[in-house]
Amino acid sequence: MRGLRRRELWAGLAFVSPWVVGLGVFLIYPIVASLYYSFCDYSVLDRARPIGLANYTDLAKDSLFWKSLFNTLFYAALAVPLGLGLALALALLLNSGVRGLTVYRTIFFLPALMPMVALAVLWLWIFNGEYGVLNVALARLGIQAPPWLTDPAWSKPALVLLSMWGVGQAMVIFLAGLQDVPEHLYEAADLDGASWWDKIRHVTLPMISPVILFNGIMGIIGSLQFFAIPYIMTPNGQPARSAYFYAMYLYDNAFLYLRMGYASAMAWILFILIFCLTLVSLRLAARYVHYEAAP
Amino acid sequence: MRAKGPLSHAALHMILLGGSFLFLFPLFWMLSTSLKPIEETMLTPPQWIPSALHFDNYLKAVTHGREILGYIPFLEYGKNTLLLCALGVVGTVISNALIAYGFARLRWPGRNIFFGITLATMMIPFPVLMVPMFVLFRELGWVGTFRPLWIPAWFGSAFNIFLLRQFFLTIPRELSDAAVVDGCSEFQVFRHVILPLSRPALSVVALFYFLFTWNDFLGPLIYLTDQRMFTLSLGLQFYQSQHGGTEWHLLMAAATIVVLPVIVLFFFTQRTFIQGIALTGMKG
Repeated sequence: MRGLRRRELWAGLAFVSPWVVGLGVFLIYPIVASLYYSFCDYSVLDRARPIGLANYTDLAKDSLFWKSLFNTLFYAALAVPLGLGLALALALLLNSGVRGLTVYRTIFFLPALMPMVALAVLWLWIFNGEYGVLNVALARLGIQAPPWLTDPAWSKPALVLLSMWGVGQAMVIFLAGLQDVPEHLYEAADLDGASWWDKIRHVTLPMISPVILFNGIMGIIGSLQFFAIPYIMTPNGQPARSAYFYAMYLYDNAFLYLRMGYASAMAWILFILIFCLTLVSLRLAARYVHYEAAP
Repeated sequence: MRAKGPLSHAALHMILLGGSFLFLFPLFWMLSTSLKPIEETMLTPPQWIPSALHFDNYLKAVTHGREILGYIPFLEYGKNTLLLCALGVVGTVISNALIAYGFARLRWPGRNIFFGITLATMMIPFPVLMVPMFVLFRELGWVGTFRPLWIPAWFGSAFNIFLLRQFFLTIPRELSDAAVVDGCSEFQVFRHVILPLSRPALSVVALFYFLFTWNDFLGPLIYLTDQRMFTLSLGLQFYQSQHGGTEWHLLMAAATIVVLPVIVLFFFTQRTFIQGIALTGMKG
């Protein structure tokens, strides 16, 4: 028996050995190093010099830090709930026994496949102030449209609007969740004379609440790290830094100004923020989310 | 389920068709612009469909930039991207399958703690790792090479380990036991029993990693310094920052070149795709 256990230990370690290296080198080491750098003055070119909490206290006084944080939270506060709502609405429409489900699903999902860079380039053209097709279309509808990306008041809403185009992934996840809701629950509700809205409220939403939670947390994590699209569409957060996001300032600190310690401190603040928001979501979820007992 | 809504079928189709139009129009617009002569990109009201199809825009986008602003070698970018995708996909599939097998099918002391740590690392956002990884790769002399963009894929990733482990757990134990009785080694069980039965899960992992590499922007932005080594995503951004603002027809042709392979791939692998995405949401 002993020999067998030892054999299993060695076999087990042999199989997971790539991960022992991967976890150590590409996760544990960077995590520890990043925490250390966040307490250092470090330019890569020189040795890291410990400076205590100075990076964090400097950040507290850095108006661009606060601006980028505000922009990011503003964006997330709009893009996450609107995106969830749209994804869920589309999934509900597709799940109502409509013919051509797979075709519609493909169409709504297609934009979510777009490489970020291509998406950003395409929407630069659509939002273009002179020849942009969006404002031409809005003008036809009699709407005097704003100059989107060049107006500090409209740059963030423009990016939120763009993010609505990519809700396909969340929609597919919702749809899978909806298809798992057992038919008999609806039949029982029908017998009780429930209306469509009653069924949505008392059957569908509770049954897919874990999926809503999952998509919500994924949305928060993703939007707090919003980078590629604004990096291309609103370089340097122009106009007037109105579209300068947290991850952009972090990137600029690290690779433009070579303030690696400062960037690491920003990364840890981001991590703590994500951690807290996830925790809050899970707490809220404990009250509202319904997990069905395993059959 | 069929939760009949308050909408008639006709109304439902009207809404969905309207939605489809809004979702497809930007893609149509990209394609339409990419085939226009430059004058037609700047008309008000816009020219919806090009008067003639200028496929030569694609050729110009790929090669012709040379006269205007120096050569933007898109074909080179395509080769670089495919190379990175291939190296990364092979590494991801092999390493994660091995690791997940170790977690799913073998019992060894410390396994559960190790697996718990693995899951916990999924919480770490990339920016936390970004700076030390850069420093590490710089020390190794890997900055400016492809290595930082594919070698890590050969050492597993928490999410894929989790996904494959869950799948391996569903394969009946009796199958591997029978193979062991027949004298198979642990590796032979893995190779000849588990892997052939895990095609669907392995293709999800491969497909998603391919797309991740194809679409990745931040990685190449940080690590690639030589313009000739750029990937398509980074190349397109570079092209935009050089050419952007005037030659929209060429820019849209370049964007189409980056998008089209992804869409074609999607149409061939739709089932794997949709299942894979549904799978990633299931653990919620």
